[in-house]
Amino acid sequence: MKFTLSWLKEHLDTKAGVEKIAETLTRIGLEVEELFDPKTALAPFRVAEVVKCEKHPNADKLSVCEVDTGSERLQVVCGAPNARTGMKGVFAPVGSYVPGIDLMLTKAKIRGVESNGMLLSERELELSDEHAGIIELDPKAKVGSPAATALGLDDAVIEVAITPNRPDCLGVRGIARDLAAAGLGKLKKDTIKPVKGSFPNPIPIELDFDKRTAEACPVFAGRLVRGVKNGPSPEWLQRRLKAIGLRPINALVDITNYISYDRGRPLHVYDADKLTGVIRARSGKKGESFVALDGKTYEVDGDMCVIADDRAVLGLGGVIGGEETGATFATTNVFIESAYFDPKRTARTGRRLGVVSDARFRFERGVDPDFVVPGLELATEMVLDLCGGTPSKVIIAGRPPKANKPFKFDPGLVERLSGLELEHRQIKQLLNALGISLDGKGRSLKASPPSWRPDISGPADLVEEIVRLTGVDKVPAAPMTRVAGVAKPLLTEPQRRQRLTRRVLAARGLVEAVTWSFIPPEEAKLFGGGQSELTLSNPISTELAQMRPSLLPGLITAAQRNRDRGFADGALFELGQAYRGALPEDQFTSVAGVRFGRSALIGSGRYWSGEAPAADVFAAKADAVAALAALGIDQASLSVTREAPSWFHPGRSGALKLGPKTLLGAFGEFHPDLLGKIRIDPPLAGFELYLDNVPPSKRKGAGKALEALDLQPVRRDFAFLLGDDIEAGEVLRAALGADRALISEVRVFDVFTGQGVPQGKKSLAIEVTLQPREKTLTDAEIEAVAGKIVAAVQKATGGELRG
Amino acid sequence: MSTLELYSLKTELLHAIAEANDLDKLEEVRIAALGRKGRIPELMQALGSLPPEERKAYGQVVNSLKASVGEALEARRAELSRAATVERLAQERADVTLPVRVGPLGEGRIHPVSQVTDEITEIFADMGFSIAEGPDIETDFNNFTALNIPPEHPARQDHDTFYFPEAPDGSRAVLRTHTSPVQIRTMLKQKPPLRIIAPGRVYRCDSDQTHTPMFHQVEGLAIDEETHLGHLKWVLEEFCKAFFEVPQVKMRFRASHFPFTEPSMEVDIGYAKVGDEIRIGEGDQWLEILGCGMVHPNVLRNVGLDPERYQGFAFGLGIDRIAMLKYGMPDLRAFFAGDLRWLKHYGFPPLAIPTLAAGLS
Repeated sequence: MKFTLSWLKEHLDTKAGVEKIAETLTRIGLEVEELFDPKTALAPFRVAEVVKCEKHPNADKLSVCEVDTGSERLQVVCGAPNARTGMKGVFAPVGSYVPGIDLMLTKAKIRGVESNGMLLSERELELSDEHAGIIELDPKAKVGSPAATALGLDDAVIEVAITPNRPDCLGVRGIARDLAAAGLGKLKKDTIKPVKGSFPNPIPIELDFDKRTAEACPVFAGRLVRGVKNGPSPEWLQRRLKAIGLRPINALVDITNYISYDRGRPLHVYDADKLTGVIRARSGKKGESFVALDGKTYEVDGDMCVIADDRAVLGLGGVIGGEETGATFATTNVFIESAYFDPKRTARTGRRLGVVSDARFRFERGVDPDFVVPGLELATEMVLDLCGGTPSKVIIAGRPPKANKPFKFDPGLVERLSGLELEHRQIKQLLNALGISLDGKGRSLKASPPSWRPDISGPADLVEEIVRLTGVDKVPAAPMTRVAGVAKPLLTEPQRRQRLTRRVLAARGLVEAVTWSFIPPEEAKLFGGGQSELTLSNPISTELAQMRPSLLPGLITAAQRNRDRGFADGALFELGQAYRGALPEDQFTSVAGVRFGRSALIGSGRYWSGEAPAADVFAAKADAVAALAALGIDQASLSVTREAPSWFHPGRSGALKLGPKTLLGAFGEFHPDLLGKIRIDPPLAGFELYLDNVPPSKRKGAGKALEALDLQPVRRDFAFLLGDDIEAGEVLRAALGADRALISEVRVFDVFTGQGVPQGKKSLAIEVTLQPREKTLTDAEIEAVAGKIVAAVQKATGGELRG
Repeated sequence: MSTLELYSLKTELLHAIAEANDLDKLEEVRIAALGRKGRIPELMQALGSLPPEERKAYGQVVNSLKASVGEALEARRAELSRAATVERLAQERADVTLPVRVGPLGEGRIHPVSQVTDEITEIFADMGFSIAEGPDIETDFNNFTALNIPPEHPARQDHDTFYFPEAPDGSRAVLRTHTSPVQIRTMLKQKPPLRIIAPGRVYRCDSDQTHTPMFHQVEGLAIDEETHLGHLKWVLEEFCKAFFEVPQVKMRFRASHFPFTEPSMEVDIGYAKVGDEIRIGEGDQWLEILGCGMVHPNVLRNVGLDPERYQGFAFGLGIDRIAMLKYGMPDLRAFFAGDLRWLKHYGFPPLAIPTLAAGLS
């Protein structure tokens, strides 16, 4: 919403300056988005007279002028062809900033002649694109006076953002009322008077709805003005419209636009000679269409409210009028329409057709239903003033909808909700200034909101008005109560675990990323997603269209982007949500990590002390297992199976499970097909853990006491020759199970194939720790356990002890 | 053996000791002189064949010889072993200017969004707020209708909502446009008194330097029978001071409108820009950081709470935005690009866990 200061002052009697007005508007909720005050913006520029103008001695196209600035006479070099003795122009002194050329003026020598300032063109002042010559001011302009005044630019333009609840402030008068209520002056008396009609309106109007659709247009008023002389609007009106960014069309149309901004009351003017028969407000019919004022053809439907005559659809009620029947310079008989259109239907229609108009903007927020007829009277008066003619009587079909009902209001609510202590008298005064009347006494009042405030329907709405006008800065800050004693932890177990997991992975050298929740659909499909219920209907781009089924695709593509930038080695992780479906329970919390290039726990890339190995299945497994360990699940209790999802390399990946059922995640290198499809280079390995599946860990309280035995443990090494498809897990399980009381740890210390090991076999060496509990083991006892270990491994795997 | 001979033997042995130039040689000398079949024990054996009256004097002379040789050997041994150590140390020399790997703790980083969320959590936990959560894919009801934004409400247009296809039952899920639906979920689940914050991802169909289609908000909600606007102001002022770690913050509360709060306000924070640096608590420029207000009676009714009895406030704050402000990151889009250079520069070390006791940053 834009308006000018002089326009505001037609409704508001105030001595406040434009800065104060702007500050108040922002404070009371009408946020000033732009304030252009030419007086300030053009303050450095003054009217000056060229008292002497001679040709530049060293340049054909330049002249040397002596300029009277009102305080001194200066020599100025000028390149404009229209510079001449006796003219008055806009002078920019040394030290001023010229916006159109983005230049801070300094004293300069131009072709050997000193120049102290500049005479400006319109373009240099950013007033227009005009640059053929310098500005020529009225010869009567006073030398030394502000250029803004001489240019007729002394009206500040204010643009405010109006929140959707305040349709009344889509008119200058509504803004003036708010400012007056905020104490910034007095709202001027309204001057609208009924204009007497001299003949009955000859154009019949009808509301043609059924019960279901009647609310679409409950009231429609109009009147004919005969014998008007349409033409360009007067200068003052054109200037006002231009100042707020509207294009003047003709006087009749300009009047409707003016009233739309002055009162928030949209109107429409028809060339009455182009209308046929009865004017009806009705529901549209399938197949109907019309050419609108924006030159486009719109198809209407049964949900839209149209205005039609006997022949065709004329326009969409409250949204946009038709081109064919609009008022033009040739119009001599004008029919003025003032109606009320339902906000919801107007919004729906406008949105469906993609029409953005001042009328729609106002109707969908709710115009003042009681201003239908006064708006019509105001328009009539202006038409008579600007175009002459003879008005008919007003014709009205239907009744305006009722404004919000009165409601009970306890002024004590102001303090209860806001903490502001105000006297009842002050509360009453503020509300009355907004047009809200209060009846009754003490704490039981009845509040009646005015017809222009559809947003006020209950007591809390009044508190808002009071707080807004008094100023939130006047509300004293009040400490909230705090718990006695030391605060309890407030994070839930899953929240605590998420935090911990992040820190653990970062501590392993992975760098946390946050990637988009939506990814390209083809990537989602590669990771088991891509359901249509998770495809956005209106994505911002096809790259960001599908809710992710996994965090891995985002990390993998981020890894590749880093490589493309020349960073070949690194490690990334993310903790966040992924989606199996559109229901809340389909969302799950996942943590995933990838290592690319040369990357492992020791670091990444080459180093004199040892090159980091290429990212592989074991680096990924180590990250996953470490994260789980931090969440209270130790490696020994995990079962590692070959059930990793299809996007992993089938031979070099694994699933992490707890028991047979609980899937905690997967790790590994990626399937070569996948890497090819999303154009990623190996080496690359990653993991993903489903945090919601991780069982809650026990708090580490005073648990089992440490058992530190004095008896020294005994360590024995065994090397087995195994089939190369035998997995280490089987050997470990068998060895551990050989004597649960004595064997405290089994560790794989070597895996070897190659020279000395037959084809199809591998050598796997374990170190077994025996922890005696009561007495030192004898050689015979140790031998007995060793025998059991060899037998158990042999039985489980067919492996033989290597000689 | 004559005294002269003894003397010459002594000279010879001391000479040999002095000449021994490593520990092995010195050992040979020792064995030759003092070993079982060495020269000095040989002299001692001769003692028995001497006349008794000479024995004592002879014994004394030989013992003195033995002591001198022993001392000389010991002195030489110490000297040689010192020299050997010096030589070894001279060889055992590392280039200590070679850099070492900083290790995983120096490589890993926490994303600024996570770090700042932890900071926010720390502050609000101190004021008795717990953390609530809700899904990103929301129902139209939770995201709009329950928050007093009925269908066709013009405020919906300002939300630039991402929609999912219509479900068979005609409903249409949305990506939540704000964290406010968590208010609804919380109030439907728990009874007042309530104090929660809800950080999380939110989505709007918008993209430029300061807008991305996904960003982060934290929602705050306090509901009981007495919390009013003054408490809201206090909470926000305390939060800003704690978060920006300054003794005073300039804040400007402007009336505004949100369908789900009434009265509603937007809050600006005062700052000064010195070069590229933004200083909170100084200067006279304003930056909008949050929207807030008292929970609208209709919202309370929508979750079955009686607005005559219960009241409270809600606020919504942009996490990325205050992170940018506090840590001076210029471009929001970079938050989600996964660029290691950016993450390493603006990210936080793994063990830099924000606590109130130690300071947030």
